[in-house]
Amino acid sequence: METFLGLDYNVWWYLVFGAVISGYAILDGFDLGAGALHLLLNKELSRRIALNAIGPVWDGNEVWLVIGGGALFAGFPVAYAAIFSAFYVPFMIFLVGLIFRGVAIEFRSKEPGLLWRKTWDIVYCVASIIISLSLGLMLGNVALGISLNEQKEFNGDWLSFFNFFSIMVAITTLALFMMHGAIYLVMKTENRLYTKLYILARQFIIFFVLSFVITTLYTLLYVPHLGDFFREHPTSFIIPVLMVLAIANIPRQLKIGKYRYAFISSSVTISLLLIMVALEVFPYLLYSRTNPDNSITIQNAAASAKTMKILLIIALIGTPLVATYTSFVFWTFKGKVKLDETSY
Amino acid sequence: MDVEILARIQFAFTIAFHYIYPPLSIGLGLLLVVFEGLYLKTGNKMYEQITRFWIKIFALIFGIGVATGIIMEFEFGTNWATYSKYVGDIFGSALAAEGIFAFALESGFLGILIFGWNRVSSKVHFFSTVMVFLGSMFSAIWIVVANSWQQTPAGYHIVGSGMEARAEITDFWAMVFNPSSVDRLIHVWIAAFLAGIFLVLSVNAWYILKGKHLEIAKPSFKIALVAATVFSLLQLFAGHRSADVVYKHQPAKLAALEGHYDSMAVADMFLLGYVDNKNQKVTGIKIPGGLSFLTQFDFKKPVKGLNAFKPDERPSQVNTIFQFYHIMIGIGMFMIALTLYASWLAFKNKLFEKRWLMWVFVWAVLGPQIANQTGWFAAEMGRQPWVVYGLLKTSDALSKTVTANQVVFSLILFTVVYMLLLVLFLYLLNKKIQHGPVDYGTKEDIDEGSKRDNPILDHSNGQNAAPAH
Ligand code: HDD
Ligand code: HEM
Ligand code: HEM
Repeated sequence: METFLGLDYNVWWYLVFGAVISGYAILDGFDLGAGALHLLLNKELSRRIALNAIGPVWDGNEVWLVIGGGALFAGFPVAYAAIFSAFYVPFMIFLVGLIFRGVAIEFRSKEPGLLWRKTWDIVYCVASIIISLSLGLMLGNVALGISLNEQKEFNGDWLSFFNFFSIMVAITTLALFMMHGAIYLVMKTENRLYTKLYILARQFIIFFVLSFVITTLYTLLYVPHLGDFFREHPTSFIIPVLMVLAIANIPRQLKIGKYRYAFISSSVTISLLLIMVALEVFPYLLYSRTNPDNSITIQNAAASAKTMKILLIIALIGTPLVATYTSFVFWTFKGKVKLDETSY
Repeated sequence: MDVEILARIQFAFTIAFHYIYPPLSIGLGLLLVVFEGLYLKTGNKMYEQITRFWIKIFALIFGIGVATGIIMEFEFGTNWATYSKYVGDIFGSALAAEGIFAFALESGFLGILIFGWNRVSSKVHFFSTVMVFLGSMFSAIWIVVANSWQQTPAGYHIVGSGMEARAEITDFWAMVFNPSSVDRLIHVWIAAFLAGIFLVLSVNAWYILKGKHLEIAKPSFKIALVAATVFSLLQLFAGHRSADVVYKHQPAKLAALEGHYDSMAVADMFLLGYVDNKNQKVTGIKIPGGLSFLTQFDFKKPVKGLNAFKPDERPSQVNTIFQFYHIMIGIGMFMIALTLYASWLAFKNKLFEKRWLMWVFVWAVLGPQIANQTGWFAAEMGRQPWVVYGLLKTSDALSKTVTANQVVFSLILFTVVYMLLLVLFLYLLNKKIQHGPVDYGTKEDIDEGSKRDNPILDHSNGQNAAPAH
């Protein structure tokens, strides 16, 4: 296997894929969180402001998922094939959620009628919740491992995806996104709406910490293999420690009015969580619970070395470009939301 | 029904539905660049209104295009797992490149295109419009490259055998510039331009018929007409180039397109016809030796026919393929005639007097849509039974673990959701068109939004302070 800076291509591409997925979780995470708490905002104007806070960016954020899908397909086709055919039903529900989330944002503002707007508010909120939960559910099952046969295809029952651990991961994901989304909205709003969101953000922090603690305790007690990495590499405990610090930092920054730092802290929390999962699972992409020999790893699922090289070149050219115009767009719409005639 | 048929139906249905919207975005994107460019150049408020009107429609179309595109991205994994493993090495890189180079560009600048009118300078806004347009052009590149590779594979070798076999890249550029990609890409691009241009023509023709917004509708119509004429004519050449590629690289498909069965004989070209699959006979109006001429510039030279291929290595639904192909060509010819005639009338300053012609334009919006769909169906069904031409059969490409029930479940789900989307889309599109390109910030515009929380009124209220109500 060819290497670059001492790491082989497959590991590099795994890192790229991981970076894209955490990019997606951070960026679309706040859209989804804002969506999930949408119905908690009562006034029409508040809802509009909340929608316009994500209006110009949510589509760009969703593209990270598309890039992630492409990155998995390209770099680890075997994993792409196995994961999406295994998670067929939850994934279809996830996709329908994405459709409805997108069109609800788009359609809502197109009619002034109260009933019309209320309907799309509900669709938007429910879809965001379903997307967050199903993402978490799939993440939980990937961490836990599923049942794979020798062809590296799923041979279990999809109802088994609804196990306690994965359901807890799903709830934690939802809580995390709601916290993240509320902080984003705090950053983007003023006056009374701001006050309301500030209170909500603090409540979601508690919601997140509680579900996170429950999931962690359950993992330590009943899914011990997920802690192996940390037991073998004690220095890696720095990551959970950092995470606790990042979480603790959020209410502190909120209190002194440094919303941007609070938002950065919750973004860091998301990345650290994903890094923890990745370390626990590595080098597996999909672990076979029934027979570990059938597991899909970053080696046996990888595309050819040639493709990996091409992909890394594509990523090297593409990343600075994407970073430049993403920052440009966020910069253009920085500051508090101002409604005008182009708004939703 | 077995999983294969169901999975094929599902794929065809979801991609065909997706493909209603991207061509409209690509074509409208082109005209947005033209309209906004004219605005920037002349400073004429009329072009500003035209641009801002079409941006609103663009946003609606784009939204549904994105929502349905996401499904496509993952459907290879969900339904065609074996195919994904087989082609992942090649196909994946095109899809990844599409995400990074095309979609990120497109959706990034989309925010500025739609919401940025009052936030950035007009030059930066124009730049964003151009970027969104380029992004949509790029997304066509990568996806057509990936599809063309399936039609005419190049730059690869096969590793492993049986269930483990897969194609690996040996030469990236040979893979990208496989024999059919450039010609098909040009054909697809032009087809997309036509879809957007005919939407603009249709809407403006309708305004002209109703005597509404004439000062905007007439110039818009003329600009779009120029583009429509140019691209309709160019499409004939592009289509011919595609046919030539099919002749050289997919002889079985070419034979199916014209219903040519004899294994080696002079081939006719049909204008209209019907293929009797059983008796291997075609009846219809034809140019004898036409296909021979088109491919080899000689009416007498033979062309390979379907019977030159083993029955399990050639497409079976010949009549369907034949019909789809001829519908596309018929529409292409019709659009050439229509746009040339209208241009001639415009030249003589009589264009807007012919009401029947305006009605034809109102409905002609369906032309490119139907041609786009039938073109793809002909191209994809003509490729059967191969999923990768000559290498992998469609029946081997399925996900082994997915059951018929699961596919039925998702098929019903998508059918219901998509029908709902289509109805809402048409309803909102119609509403936007009825509303028309009014002055922004005028009374009509205020009436469109809910009075209670009108953005324009809110400005005076102080920002975002929730007014007491
Ligand atoms: C890069 C890949 C790709 C692209 C860009 C397209 N397709 Fe395709 N298409 C496939 C890849 C594919 C496939 C995965 O290879 C399928 C699935 C089953 C098969 O035989 O080929 C297929 C099948 C397929 C079928 C079913 C054919 C049959 O089963 O007889 C239809 C009707 C279409 N497609 C239509 C379209 C349309 C309208 C497209 C325009 C956007 C399109 N395809 C783009
Ligand atoms: C199976 C094939 C296809 C896949 C996997 C696919 C995938 C996607 C995805 C994931 C999106 C959403 C991107 C976003 O979030 O911004 C999208 C939108 C889009 N796709 Fe497709 N697509 C396919 C076929 C095509 C074809 C054939 C074309 C053009 C020739 C095309 C052109 C576009 C464009 C222009 C958009 C932007 C949205 C719009 O304009 O409506 N796609 N597609
Ligand atoms: C005017 C005469 C035309 C000719 C001779 C022609 C020819 C062809 C041929 C031979 C193919 C099959 C290519 C392949 O399988 O690789 C094709 C496909 C296609 N055509 Fe046309 N075409 C014409 C007009 C049009 C028009 C007017 C449109 C739409 C506005 C259109 C849209 C398409 C599309 C979307 C495809 C599928 C994509 C592809 O395979 O390139 N065509 N055409």
